[in-house]
Amino acid sequence: MKPLDPRLMRYARSTRGFIGLAVVLGVITAVLVIAQARLLSDVIVSVTSEGASWSDVRDAVVAVAAIFATRAVIAWLAEVAAVRASARAKQQLREATLTHVLALGPAGPGAHSPGETAALITRGIDALDGYYARYLPQLVLAVIVPVAVLMTVLGQDLLSTLIIAVTLPLIPVFMILIGMYTKSQVDRQWSTLALLSGHFLDLVSGLPTLKIFGRAKSQVEAIRAIGDRYRSTTMGVLRVSFLSSLALELLATLSVALVAVSVGIRLAEGQITYPVALFVLLLAPEAYLPLRLVGQHFHAAAEGLGAADRLFTILELPVPVGGSVVLPDGRIRIVVSDLQVSYPQRPEPALDTATFTAEPGTVTAIVGGSGGGKSTLINALLGFASATGGTVHLEVDGMGTNLDEVDLAQWRRRIAWLPQRAHLAGSDLPDSPTVVDAITLRDATVSEDEVWRALTDAGIAAEIRAMPDGLHTRLRADGSGLSVGQMQRLSLARALLTPADVVLLDEPTAALDPSSEEAVVAAVRRLAQAGATVVVVAHRPALVEIADQVVRIDRPRAQNVAADFDANLPAAAETIRGVGW
Amino acid sequence: MVSPVRSLWQAMSAQRRLLTLAALLGAIASLSAVALLGTSGWLISTAAEMPPVLTLTVAAVMVRFLALSRAIFRYGERLVGHDAAFRGLTGLRVTVYTNLERLAPTGLAAFGRGDLLTRLVADVDAALDLPLRVILPWVQAVLVAGVTVAFLGWLLPVSGIVIGVLAVFALAVTPWIVAMTARAAEARMAPAKAELSAAVVRALDATPEITAFGAAAAVTGRIHHLDDGLTRLSARESFALGLGGGIGIVVQGAAVTAALVLAVPAVIDGRIGPVWLAVVALLPLALFDILAGLPASALAYQRLRGSAVRIQEIEMTPSLVVEPTAPVALPHAFTGLELVDMSARWTADAAAIEGISVAVPPGARVAIVGPSGSGKSTLAAVLMGFLPYAGSVRLSGVEVRDADGDALRQQVGMLSQLAHIFDTSIADNVRLGNPQASDDDVSMALAQAQLGEWISSLPHGMDTTVGSFGVAVSGGERQRIALARLLLARREIVILDEPTEHLDGPTADALAATMSTALQDATVLLITHRLIGLEGVDRIVELQAGRIVAQGSHDELLAAGGWYAQQWGLESERADMSLLLPSLPIGRGVPRT
Repeated sequence: MKPLDPRLMRYARSTRGFIGLAVVLGVITAVLVIAQARLLSDVIVSVTSEGASWSDVRDAVVAVAAIFATRAVIAWLAEVAAVRASARAKQQLREATLTHVLALGPAGPGAHSPGETAALITRGIDALDGYYARYLPQLVLAVIVPVAVLMTVLGQDLLSTLIIAVTLPLIPVFMILIGMYTKSQVDRQWSTLALLSGHFLDLVSGLPTLKIFGRAKSQVEAIRAIGDRYRSTTMGVLRVSFLSSLALELLATLSVALVAVSVGIRLAEGQITYPVALFVLLLAPEAYLPLRLVGQHFHAAAEGLGAADRLFTILELPVPVGGSVVLPDGRIRIVVSDLQVSYPQRPEPALDTATFTAEPGTVTAIVGGSGGGKSTLINALLGFASATGGTVHLEVDGMGTNLDEVDLAQWRRRIAWLPQRAHLAGSDLPDSPTVVDAITLRDATVSEDEVWRALTDAGIAAEIRAMPDGLHTRLRADGSGLSVGQMQRLSLARALLTPADVVLLDEPTAALDPSSEEAVVAAVRRLAQAGATVVVVAHRPALVEIADQVVRIDRPRAQNVAADFDANLPAAAETIRGVGW
Repeated sequence: MVSPVRSLWQAMSAQRRLLTLAALLGAIASLSAVALLGTSGWLISTAAEMPPVLTLTVAAVMVRFLALSRAIFRYGERLVGHDAAFRGLTGLRVTVYTNLERLAPTGLAAFGRGDLLTRLVADVDAALDLPLRVILPWVQAVLVAGVTVAFLGWLLPVSGIVIGVLAVFALAVTPWIVAMTARAAEARMAPAKAELSAAVVRALDATPEITAFGAAAAVTGRIHHLDDGLTRLSARESFALGLGGGIGIVVQGAAVTAALVLAVPAVIDGRIGPVWLAVVALLPLALFDILAGLPASALAYQRLRGSAVRIQEIEMTPSLVVEPTAPVALPHAFTGLELVDMSARWTADAAAIEGISVAVPPGARVAIVGPSGSGKSTLAAVLMGFLPYAGSVRLSGVEVRDADGDALRQQVGMLSQLAHIFDTSIADNVRLGNPQASDDDVSMALAQAQLGEWISSLPHGMDTTVGSFGVAVSGGERQRIALARLLLARREIVILDEPTEHLDGPTADALAATMSTALQDATVLLITHRLIGLEGVDRIVELQAGRIVAQGSHDELLAAGGWYAQQWGLESERADMSLLLPSLPIGRGVPRT
């Protein structure tokens, strides 16, 4: 770990001004520290060995009090500035990370490991407090104060200056060595913490399932085990950190003792004067103190730095930016040729191959086995997954552009999309959004009439109207309010809210009873009739029946399975009808 | 009601002995620090009188000893204190989790997922501050202040009194001023952080939608706004902390100045020897350095109070279902399920199911049908023991509310629409159904759920971790993993809540056939709004708006000509996907004929 990570400065620009302020306050502090030692030793010396009276030292005592007051004000200013700078820096980092994670979409870390990513964005960034508010200002002090003290002592006593000058650099050298040693441990500590958050999010989400299987109580042991692991990795880091604090303190103490002994002996032998001896003795610890504190704060900042490392890994993930071409207004023809999508972590392509043309005003039904790549095809059309082979060509009035050259934000604005597993969230991210919050995620300015029209198209208007709070009914995740089927139709209403040239629906009739399905199918047909290019993933016949073309997306070997199934079909159908449902 | 912080402490208090040891070590370290400065002052003043070097040796040795002991005891205190605090934390986390478990799933409706996560992780972690930043610093500060003031009083009584008064000020008044200044801000800190965390979790949950719908700017704007709130709170906190630091330095300055003012005349008129002047002046310097940490402690206390309140809220939330104090044992052999005039609802304002009367004999297959929102899942929640009910629900003759919830669920299993797949291996996910199951059993259950082929295509077979693939597990695969888990659990009564919902035609049909065989010995309640294939079930119960409107066999309901007959007509007109699919080429658009 570097003492000063330039990336932290880059992502949090507000840090620079703060460092400037810290330098100014540091210089003032150095001057005050030296003056305080000077005055204090003068008073003690003049009273003890020069027999001064109270009136002789009164001004000096008042000055000591004034210095204390000034240092109090400076300390206050420094504290307020440090915390403010830290809060600003954290805010900038948090915003940058969240924006980036959102832009990465469903293939990014937000979808892969939501618990860990959330922990990083909240606690990880909060842990940088130790870095910004404590370590950075102390680092500035650690550069200024020792140099100032050393210069002052040089004017008093050469031997003491030499002792300090030789021992002082040992502290940073030692710190660097320890920093190198602790890096892997700090990384591991953050991993454990991220794991802990990820695990607990998993646990909280899965509590109903655990309870159904009578496994909820036995998770206590798992929590204990994770807690113990968290404790032992954290203690591993802390042990090193405490040990290095101990070493730094001993180093500083021994160095001060060396100065004190040399001063004491030479004082007893009359080689130097009492005022010089006392002044040097009071000042020497002040040279080591800021460096020691930097060591301590560095360890306090280490957790934040460990998190920052992860943060920058995420921030440096390339976002599928797409191009800059903005499609002209008009109906859109989608030409998909030999499209293939592979994910780096999977050996087999997620979508093997697809070739079809979706014309405006028509419905294209995507059918095929579970896990065959139907949703991946939809993700590719949305620009969430990049083609690893083949192309997606978009044509408006005969003018064509490849999808990877198109401005993705503009492109998505033309699409109405229903994901397979919809999340109903409001843009204000409330705990449980209201129906209207959830539906207007895309555009909060639409009128209530339009909301009702979308609800009607999705076949849920009557049920919403019958609820006591109507559009302001709160949606809860646990199904206490709306059923899964109702949520499904709300998501459809969200997709249908604003007019779109392209409609991508992933199983819009899942979880619907036949008459609701009928309503949704009719709405899809209307969209196509209005000129939209409709691509719909269908598991059931009703949607296929209104399709103008059908595309089967399946794993290649599924062909054989299907063929087997085909051969056995009469027998299989017999089994199904005969024994059960 | 126990105060929130006290109840926090009770959950951690098993570590009392280790913490006492830590406090003792810390007090010795702090005393050494004070004594070190005092002895140094004495040493240099004595040296100034140019005595024989031998006179100084004892003091010189003592300085070195105190320097060492200060560092070493501080090290010991931190090590022991942190270890104890982290141990206490685990105890607290278990307490919080146990409460969540008690409430799940129906009692947690008021809390969001991100919010619960914050309570279980961040609010619990905040409790570390209680021993480390509140209790230990205060115990030490009081001890050290007492000893130092007593010594000064012995040396120069008047200085003891003055420094004693200032020490009490630093111990009590400064922290109080600081705590009052930031009280409101600190109380809001934990809820504000939780709100931010919950918002981030929700944003990440809905990442695809937020990006696709161009809502990223609005969402980050919201996070920015929440962050602004936090920034204001920390600004207030730092203002208070800076105020405390400032007052601390002023008090320290006052103490040093007062010591000089009192000691200088005392030296001049000979009440104390000149060598003691440095001691009287330097001891307060060291003492008030130690007391300077107390304002931060006061703030830490206020802050962790916010977290303690949030933890207590979970403890205080009543669960919807009250477990019986003397549960009636359920007979091993299932002899039938009988609902008589049962009614239930999720929340007071939610739609209810009412007047439900159904009898399910052992081995029966009963389908519960009806439009979405008609109360099918509410009925399932009652049968799982997750919702209280009026009327009667008897399982093998035992009233369900009188039976232990976990014992009930040993007999009644469910495949829920929202079944969770954990971030672990597929095998572990399935084994949740029966922890004692062998690998062969798990493998068999996966095969029964029609996952055999998919599993063999994975790099590590059933030991492949689901989480690392994330997107690679399709909706259908998720559902089938959940089904395998249920099959492995071998429950007497199985509730299937839309089991084939996300599956394509052939897979759904094949799965239905497999379930039929695999669950041959079980009593099955099938919740569905799909009516195709219900010809063979023993009974169909039709729910509309929370009431049973019809019950009977397929033929009877068809003959009755109601909703069922109408919906069944709609569905059965359609072509069978199973017949359509295999005839299509893969990956190529063909016009529908």
